[in-house]
Amino acid sequence: MIWIETIVQGVLLGGLYALFAAGLSLVFGIMRLVNLAHGDLIVMGAYLILVVVSVSGLNPFFAALVAAPFMFTVGWILQRAVLNRTLGEDILPPLLVTFGLSVVIQNTLLEGFTADSQRLSMGPLETASVNVGPITMGTLPILTFGSAIVVILVLNWIFYRTAIGRAFRATSDDPVTASLMGIRPDRVFATAMGLALVVVTIAALYLGTRSNFDPYVGPARLIYAFEAVIIGGLGSLWGTLAGGIIIGVAQTLGAAINPEWQILAGHVAFLIVLLVRPRGLFPRAFD
Amino acid sequence: MALLETRGLTAHYGDFQALFGVDIHLDEGETVAIIGANGAGKTTLMRSITGVLRGEPEQIRHNGTGIGHLMPDMIMKRGIVMVPEGRRLFPSLTVEENLLIGGQHKGGRDLGDRIDSILSRFTGGPDPMEVVSGNDGTGVWTLDTVYDLFPILKERRHTPSTALSGGQQQMVAIGRALMSNPSVLLCDEISLGLAPVIIRDIYAALPRIRAGGTSVVVVEQDIGQALKVADRVYCMMEGRVTLEGRPDEISRDDVHAAYFGAPA
Ligand SMILES: Nc1ncnc2c1ncn2[C@@H]1O[C@H](COP(=O)(O)OP(=O)(O)O)[C@@H](O)[C@H]1O
Ligand SMILES: [Mg+2]
Repeated sequence: MIWIETIVQGVLLGGLYALFAAGLSLVFGIMRLVNLAHGDLIVMGAYLILVVVSVSGLNPFFAALVAAPFMFTVGWILQRAVLNRTLGEDILPPLLVTFGLSVVIQNTLLEGFTADSQRLSMGPLETASVNVGPITMGTLPILTFGSAIVVILVLNWIFYRTAIGRAFRATSDDPVTASLMGIRPDRVFATAMGLALVVVTIAALYLGTRSNFDPYVGPARLIYAFEAVIIGGLGSLWGTLAGGIIIGVAQTLGAAINPEWQILAGHVAFLIVLLVRPRGLFPRAFD
Repeated sequence: MALLETRGLTAHYGDFQALFGVDIHLDEGETVAIIGANGAGKTTLMRSITGVLRGEPEQIRHNGTGIGHLMPDMIMKRGIVMVPEGRRLFPSLTVEENLLIGGQHKGGRDLGDRIDSILSRFTGGPDPMEVVSGNDGTGVWTLDTVYDLFPILKERRHTPSTALSGGQQQMVAIGRALMSNPSVLLCDEISLGLAPVIIRDIYAALPRIRAGGTSVVVVEQDIGQALKVADRVYCMMEGRVTLEGRPDEISRDDVHAAYFGAPA
C-alpha cells in the first residue's frame, strides 16, 4: 500500500512539473524559442503574488488572479521589445538573451526582496488531506494536479478551437505566408508569450504555496520543466503532463528507496526515456 | 489612376539585383498576365508588391498611395492578396481552417492594429490604422461562396490540407486568398505541376472571381493559358519588362523574342 501511495504522490507531483513546463512548451511549440528565463519568470510571479497578498491581504488564489493580467502584459512587452529581435535562423541569440534575462531577473529580485526565503501561506489548506480508500492524498497536490489538467485543456482549446489558436498554428508553420494572410508574427508571438506568462502565474502560485522560494530557485525548477517537455515530445502539452508524471513518480519512488536518490532518480528516468524514445513520447507529426 | 502600379521598381537579394526598374500597372476590373521564363523575376515582383521584399514607398502605388515600404499584413489589409507560388498551405490546419485564416485578419482594424497605431506615434513608422483605411474586407466571398466555387473543398473541409491532391490544394490556396474579398488578387503560377484538365477547372473560376469585383494578376510560364485569360500581357526577362500589349496585338514572334531574348 505504501508503494501505491508513493506512486500517487509522484503522479500528483508530476502535475506541478507539468505546470512549470506548460508555458515553456507553449512558447517552444509556437516560436521555437527555448526560454532559459522561464524558471525565473515563475519565481518572479511568486514574488508578485506575495506582494499582492501583503498589500491587499487577499488569499493567494485571488492574488494570482490579480497578478495574471500584469504578467500577461510583462510577457507581451518582453516579446515585442526584446525576444522578437532574437528570433531567426540562428538558435544561439535567443538562448543568450534569455540566459541574460535570467540573471537580470534573479538580481532584480535579490535587490528588491533580499535572499531570504519566502512562502505563500494558504493557512489550513497547506496541511489538509483527503482519504481515498486506504490512500491519503494532500489537498494542495490534488489542486495542483487538477490545475495542470485545466490549464492543458484550456490551452488546447485555445490552440485548436479559436481564431488566435489558428493564427498560432499558422505562424508556427510558416511565418511568411502567415504575414501574407494579414497576420503579424511579432504580435502573435507577443500574445503567445503573454499567455505563457499567465500559465507561469498559475505555476508560481503552486511553487510558492508548496515550498519555500528565494530569488535563485528558478533554474533548478526549470530543469524539471525541460525534462518534462523533452520526454513528452516537443510541443505536445499532454506529452508534457506525461513527462512531468514520469519524473514525479521516479522521484518519489527513488526517495522511498533512499531519500538521497530523489533527484537522481528523476534524471535517470529522463535519460532512460530519451534513450528509448529520442523524439519523446508524443512527437509532433511534422517539424 | 491605376488601381495598382509599379514605378521603376527594383529588388535585391543581398548583392544580387533581381529587378531593374519594372513598370507595370493594373486597372480596375482588368486581368493582367505576367509571363516569362524561369528566373525572369516574376515571383520577385509579386514578393515586392505584397511587402515580403520592401523598398521605397513610391515604387509601388495602390489607389494613388505609395505602399512600397509597407509590411505584408498591411498590404493584405488594404486588399492586395497573393496566392503564393507553391500554394503554401498551412500543414497544421484543416482545409476549412486554411480558408478561415484567410478571412480572419482582413480589412478592418483589429486590436493589434489599434495598439500599434498608438505605438507608431512614438516609434515613427507607418500607422496601421491609417494605412489600412478604406477597406473593410466585406464582399461576396464567404466560406459558403468559396465552397460553392470549389464544391470538392466542402466535402473535404475537415481534412488536413496536406492530404489533398495538388489541384485541390491550389483551390484551397485560391479560396484562402478570396476569403478577405481582395480588390487585387495576385496568382503566382497557379497551374504549375497540375494536369491540363485540372488547370482548366481552376481557370474556370476566374470569371466568377472577376465578377466579385476583384482585379487579377496571373503569373504564368504557360503562355497559351496566359494569352487566353488576360486583357493585357507583360513579358519579363532578366528582371525587366520586355514586352507589353493586348493578346490580340502581339505576335508570336514578339513573344518569343521577349521571352527568350532572341528573335525566332
Ligand atoms: N531568395 C532568393 N535569394 C537569392 N536569389 C533569389 C532568391 N529568389 C530568387 N532569386 C533569384 O532572383 C531571380 C528571379 O527569381 P524569381 O523572381 O523567382 O523568378 P521567376 O518567378 O520569374 O521564376 C533569379 O535569378 C533567382 O535565382
Ligand atoms: Mg516564380
